[in-house]
Order: sequence, then structure tokens, then C-alpha cells
Amino acid sequence: MFVIHCPYCGEREQSEFKAGGEAHIVRPKQPTELSDDQWAEYLFMRKNIKGIQFERWVHFHGCRKWFNMVRDTSNDEIKAIYKMGEKPPVK
Amino acid sequence: MKNKYSIFSLVKNAFSYHENWQKAWGDPEPKKEYDIVIVGGGGHGLATAYYLAKKHNMKNIAVLEKGWIGGGNTGRNTTIIRSNYLWDASAGLYDHALKIWENLSQELNYNVMFSQRGVMNLAHNLQDVRDLKRRTHANRLNGIDAVYLNTQQVKKFCPIINTSPDIRYPVLGGTLQRRAGTARHDAVAWGYARGADEMGVDIIQNCEVKGIKRNGDSVDGVETTKGFIKTKKIGVVAAGHSSVIANMAGLKLPLESKPLQALVSEPVKPIIDTVVMSNAVHAYVSQSDKGELVIGAGTDDYVSYSQKGSHEIVEGTLNAILELYPIFSRMRMLRQWGGIVDICPDASPIISKTPIKGLYFNCGWGTGGFKATPGSGDLFAHTIANDEPHKLNAAFNLNRFVSGDLVDEHGAAAVAH
Repeated sequence: MFVIHCPYCGEREQSEFKAGGEAHIVRPKQPTELSDDQWAEYLFMRKNIKGIQFERWVHFHGCRKWFNMVRDTSNDEIKAIYKMGEKPPVK
Repeated sequence: MKNKYSIFSLVKNAFSYHENWQKAWGDPEPKKEYDIVIVGGGGHGLATAYYLAKKHNMKNIAVLEKGWIGGGNTGRNTTIIRSNYLWDASAGLYDHALKIWENLSQELNYNVMFSQRGVMNLAHNLQDVRDLKRRTHANRLNGIDAVYLNTQQVKKFCPIINTSPDIRYPVLGGTLQRRAGTARHDAVAWGYARGADEMGVDIIQNCEVKGIKRNGDSVDGVETTKGFIKTKKIGVVAAGHSSVIANMAGLKLPLESKPLQALVSEPVKPIIDTVVMSNAVHAYVSQSDKGELVIGAGTDDYVSYSQKGSHEIVEGTLNAILELYPIFSRMRMLRQWGGIVDICPDASPIISKTPIKGLYFNCGWGTGGFKATPGSGDLFAHTIANDEPHKLNAAFNLNRFVSGDLVDEHGAAAVAH
């Protein structure tokens, strides 16, 4: 368990949040023109990184707002948190 | 040639205080080149090597393990074996494994302590009842033993369950697969390792794969902590780290690696002689031969390789266990641990060729891979040896995520495997 700093509510326990998977997967602009391979890539294929990963979280039992997180998946250390639509603060 | 294990060898070795047992497997240095390299020395990887040697007459095989054999998820699971899956493809796959389990100790001359004590799945609401009845019918059509039990029959089969209608999630019924049960997880890895070693497979421990060398569209070898090993065929069975290995070959998989937790209690006298699983409240329990309660919890919802899960996952499971089994209220837990499981979007495994020639993946077993160990090894060996899947694992190809022909066991097999 870890503590997450919600950009809207401040520091809360992780149990109030839900993870929403990999961030910055862009929804296809013209879905009708996508090939099966491109659909598979969008829907199913994931980087599943061991190390620094960009992901989405939601303060489910709180403000219910979505935000982004940079986290080291090898030790669960949170590196940065930023709002939806913002550019990631670290590379 | 390995000395055969028997009552006589046990007596004979007793005279030398069990100090002169023959080594079960060797500790070779890697050769420069192998015909096939298996990445991952867990149950699935060792079984794959065993069947490659035994059924496909392959000789020059190495199993590379970054730690020690069976020291990964093979030694972390809750050892449940069953085959009562809903879909035909899954039923075929898991029952193939169960049939091998039934003779495995004899085949390997190694006691894997396979115990067909039955697995009971509980229903706690009307939808559970409908789903479990549907699954019972589907199982029977596929030739898999399954019976539906009402609340009284559940109570009779496992008397310590609280079947009061007043609890938060009352027991409305359940299914029972009598052929299902448990096995000793380490023994499975050790038995396959001993068998594979006897047929000339090199089991190389403390050898981590650091890179996969590609030659255009095919593989050329693996970079390891013990140097470069040339090979034309690589079978990857790396469980939670499958995506990490795939990344080395420039391949992306539809996997997410998440922590799955389990815990055992202090040992007590025999109290539960079966395996009881409950998907709705996410709790399952059995008792080991040492007397410990073996309790499985769920996965966290975020990607992590840290081998630590969240506390509330364990708490939620224990809440459910306590309500279903009030007799355990003063039981003390001895150990708790987390393993990293690779989960596919459809909760079914991948036993498949890849777009890269000579690179094969056996992954995505998620929370329920142990039960399939012998079948998975057998079918993966077939896939590698023939460069074509066996008909039992054809549905579990990587391309199903492109074609959309998923084997969706998520709701059907349910979360708890």
C-alpha cells in the first residue's frame, strides 16, 4: 500500500484510488480506417514496463477525477503526478 | 542414469544417513550453442524441456533460470489444480493437463503429492448460481466431471462452512469437481528438472537473460549473465517478466503484470479436506499436508513488479474467509507473500509462435498457471518442435488479439483460479 497525492484533494491512501492502466494511449481519430493490427495495438498491446511507467489513476472513492502518474513499477515509488491533458513533467 | 526412487532406495539410503543420495540434476556451464533455449526454469519451462526431450527427441536443450529452479511463481502459488472451465478451448487445455497430473508421479518417478481432494466453487448470489449451473452443464458436455450442489450438500461436503442465510454473502450452492485437487508445487519443478536432466537437458541456474539477438526476422541467440548463447529457437516462459523479455526482441505483448498475494496460517490439525473457492467474495482456502491453511487473495489493479501487494487486498480476503469459516477466527497467519502474474485481457494464456521466427511465448497464465503446468509444457514443446501449435493450444495464439477470437474466461473461470 502506498499514499497517493491527488492533485485535487491532496494526500490520501491508495485504497481510495483505482488504477486505469497505461497513460497517453491516444484514441484513434478515424476508427473506421483502422486495420485489425492497429485495433489490436490500441486495445490490447501494452508496454507493461518494469521501471518508469506513465499511467492513469482515478480518485474513485474521493473526487472521482482522473489524473496521470509517473511510477517506478519495480518498487512502486511515485515519481510525479500531473493532471489530465498536461505534459508529463519528467522524461 | 538416475537411480530410481522407491521404498528400497529410501531404506538403503537410511543406512548412510541420507547423505549419499544421487544429485537430482547437474549444474553445467552453458555451451556455446543449443538447438533450443528455454527462458525460465519454473514448472512450465522445465516441463517444456522435459517433453521436448522425451516426446520430440530433441537433445541439445538448455533451460536458463535467473534464480534457482522453481524459485519463482512455481513456489508461490496456492497449488490448486482443476479443469472446470467454461469454454471448449479452455476445457480442452486444462483437462489435458489434469489427465497428465493423474499419472505424473509415476511418470516422473517423483512424488508430486497430487491429491484429488476435490475443488468446490461457491455461489453467493443468483447470478453465481446461474453461472455455476451453466458451467456445470458446459463441463459435462466436454467430458469433465462436475456436479452442482445445493446449500445442504455444500455443508455436508465441507462442514466448517457457515451456511447461515443471514451472513453478508450467503452460500446458495456450489459446484464440485472431484478429480480436481492440489499438488506439491516445488516437487513438480524438481521432478521435471530431474527427468529433463536425465535426458541430457542442461539446466543452468543463476543465468539471467539480458537480451535477445535478432537476425532480421529470426532469432540468433540470447545474451545472458553467463555470456552469449547461440540458438535458433527460443521458448520464453518467464511469467510476470514476459513483457520484459518480449521487449528485448522488440515485441509487444497484450499483458499487464500485477501482484497476486497468498498467505498461510500456522499449522493445525486436519480441518478442511478439500479446496473451497469463492469468486464473489474472492477467497479460497485449502489445507497443506503440513497443516497450514493455504489462502489465496486477489491481484492489485495496477502494474507492479515489486512483489508486494496492497494490504487491503489481504484484508478483504480474510474478512470473507472469517465470515465463511468462523472457526478460523483465532487462527494466526504465519507468512504472506506476493508474486507477479502476467494477465491477458481475456484471462487466458498465450502458447504461441510470434511474428519473429524461432521465438515462442508461453505466457499470460495470470493467476492460474500452476494447474496447467504439465499440459502447458507438453503443448509448448509440441509448438516449438513442430513450429506449429497442437490442436489443443491453437486457440491460445497471439494473433487472437488481432482477429478478435478471444477465449474470454474472465467472467467464466472467474477471478480466482
